[in-house]
Amino acid sequence: MSLKLAVPSKGRLMEKTFDWFAARGIGMRRIGSDREYAAHVDGADLELLLLSASEIPRELQAGRIHLGVTGSDLVRERIPGWEQVVREMEPMGFGFADLVIAVPRVWVDVDTLDDLDAAAADFRAAHGFRLRIATKYHRLVREFLRDAGVADYQLVDSQGATEGTVKHLTAEAIADITSSGDTLRANHLKVLEDGLIHRSQAILFKSRKADWQPADRATLKNVLAKIGG
Amino acid sequence: MSDKATIRAEAARLQAFFTVSGAVPVEADLLQSAETLLDLYGEDIRARAYTTHDPDRGELMLRPDFTVPVVQMHMANGAEPARYTYLGEVFRKQQADSRRASEYLQVGYEVFDRTNPAAADAEVFALFSEVLSPLGLAPVTGDIGILLAAVDSLSTTDRRKRALRRHIWRPRRFRVLLDRFTGRKPAPSGRAALLERAETGLEALIASGGPMIGLRGPDEIERRIRHLQEDAAAEPIGAAEAEVLDVILSLRETLNNAHEQLRDIAVDLPGMSHAVARMARRMDALDQAGVDVAGLPFEASYGRTNMEYYDGFVFGFLAEGQPRLPPVATGGRYDALCRMLGGGREIPAVGGVIRPELVHALHNDLAEGGS
Repeated sequence: MSLKLAVPSKGRLMEKTFDWFAARGIGMRRIGSDREYAAHVDGADLELLLLSASEIPRELQAGRIHLGVTGSDLVRERIPGWEQVVREMEPMGFGFADLVIAVPRVWVDVDTLDDLDAAAADFRAAHGFRLRIATKYHRLVREFLRDAGVADYQLVDSQGATEGTVKHLTAEAIADITSSGDTLRANHLKVLEDGLIHRSQAILFKSRKADWQPADRATLKNVLAKIGG
Repeated sequence: MSDKATIRAEAARLQAFFTVSGAVPVEADLLQSAETLLDLYGEDIRARAYTTHDPDRGELMLRPDFTVPVVQMHMANGAEPARYTYLGEVFRKQQADSRRASEYLQVGYEVFDRTNPAAADAEVFALFSEVLSPLGLAPVTGDIGILLAAVDSLSTTDRRKRALRRHIWRPRRFRVLLDRFTGRKPAPSGRAALLERAETGLEALIASGGPMIGLRGPDEIERRIRHLQEDAAAEPIGAAEAEVLDVILSLRETLNNAHEQLRDIAVDLPGMSHAVARMARRMDALDQAGVDVAGLPFEASYGRTNMEYYDGFVFGFLAEGQPRLPPVATGGRYDALCRMLGGGREIPAVGGVIRPELVHALHNDLAEGGS
């Protein structure tokens, strides 16, 4: 069994991951047809797996892969007590995205979490239910708001097009990933001044739960020597 | 490790004690409405309770405690006064890597009796004290009602008091608000600029924010800005009052000394006297119930961080020298929770729960130590 490394299977994240390793002397390429999820590594004794970025945290947690490239937001959201389960080996400098709390721009009275908390109290009194925040990052948002002492809100699940939920009256505010802020602006939303929950980027993670044989450790050492970690 | 059957036998013994004391045994469903629990406890309950889904009934939670179903059952068909006891599993998610159990038995005792709240408080505490007495546990008491009264007696706006009351159970947030209301810390950044812009008219200010979207309407935004204007114009809470509040929050004394101090405080803060008198009545009732009141510890902030639905008397029984162990028993008064579940109906209630597996483990420790 050789060391298993999982990288995102699609799109720019996959391309940038390939580029990042290539720049460090580890060539990766897809093999077979365009649609086949198979890949090969030159320059290191690695078994390369192409997986959905959102499934890589689970595989790291289960120890079915030794190394994995995915967003730090996904690891923090999906793995309870993530620091005990994985180790951040190397931030890769791409895939930047901020998980933020955003509210309608027309809420001129709400610029901070403090304001959001007060608005939530009034909203609940006026409407009879807790102010709804649409997100798919339930754990991160809940922990962030708990630490900030925000009450009288509820999270509603939104797996996509989250910015539209306010206009569609299924939520009053959102917590979502943004890179440029363009989509937020186009949907008449603004980020709270202290509403940055997590600054995410692609990271090479090491699973603490995987079976690390002496040969795997030797391979890891070689990989780390190349990538300078 | 003790097996479940042994722990259940211990639980049955504890419940028998409450039954003999006059409580009616009741059962509750394992699957509880997530909506009710979320509305009561907020989103944090999701971090603590297991959620599951029913195609017809929607989101459900594995019973995180008995309080809610027992209150609901009482409201639906209970005659007053009533005393209930229950025995069953509760389910709580634990932090990753924490050794704490995520599924364990609770034995509880709840009193719904509006005639004499002080006597009901004392009755519950005395029963718990008696049934747990062989274990040599350290009792602790508190009174969230004292904290609420302290906030209410501040000379400031109702809105500020409401904000402080709302965050009694979140000490850090409470501190931030208090520091702002006393002027020890400045208002959030941008507040001054907003109020300045509001001078030129609220309609224009709101229009400057762009198109109106969402359920929170312009009237609500306007109302909040008016509140902010009122707040900016309000006098800060005086330093002397804030100091007294700090004294109350950090009060840790014997019950007698604590009461004496609070009575002195109530001379300057007459708004407190009602709650302090209630505390005195409870002390008398505890004394009559045979509890050693003089030696009983009182911590004004006990129950502030993890017992959010209690709003009066609170208590716990802790295993001394085992700080990692959860409390063996906890309880208190939860009138406000009943008010919320009762849609405005007043149902004063006090009660508590014991964790039989801890009782059993401590019994074993004692037996081993003694042999």
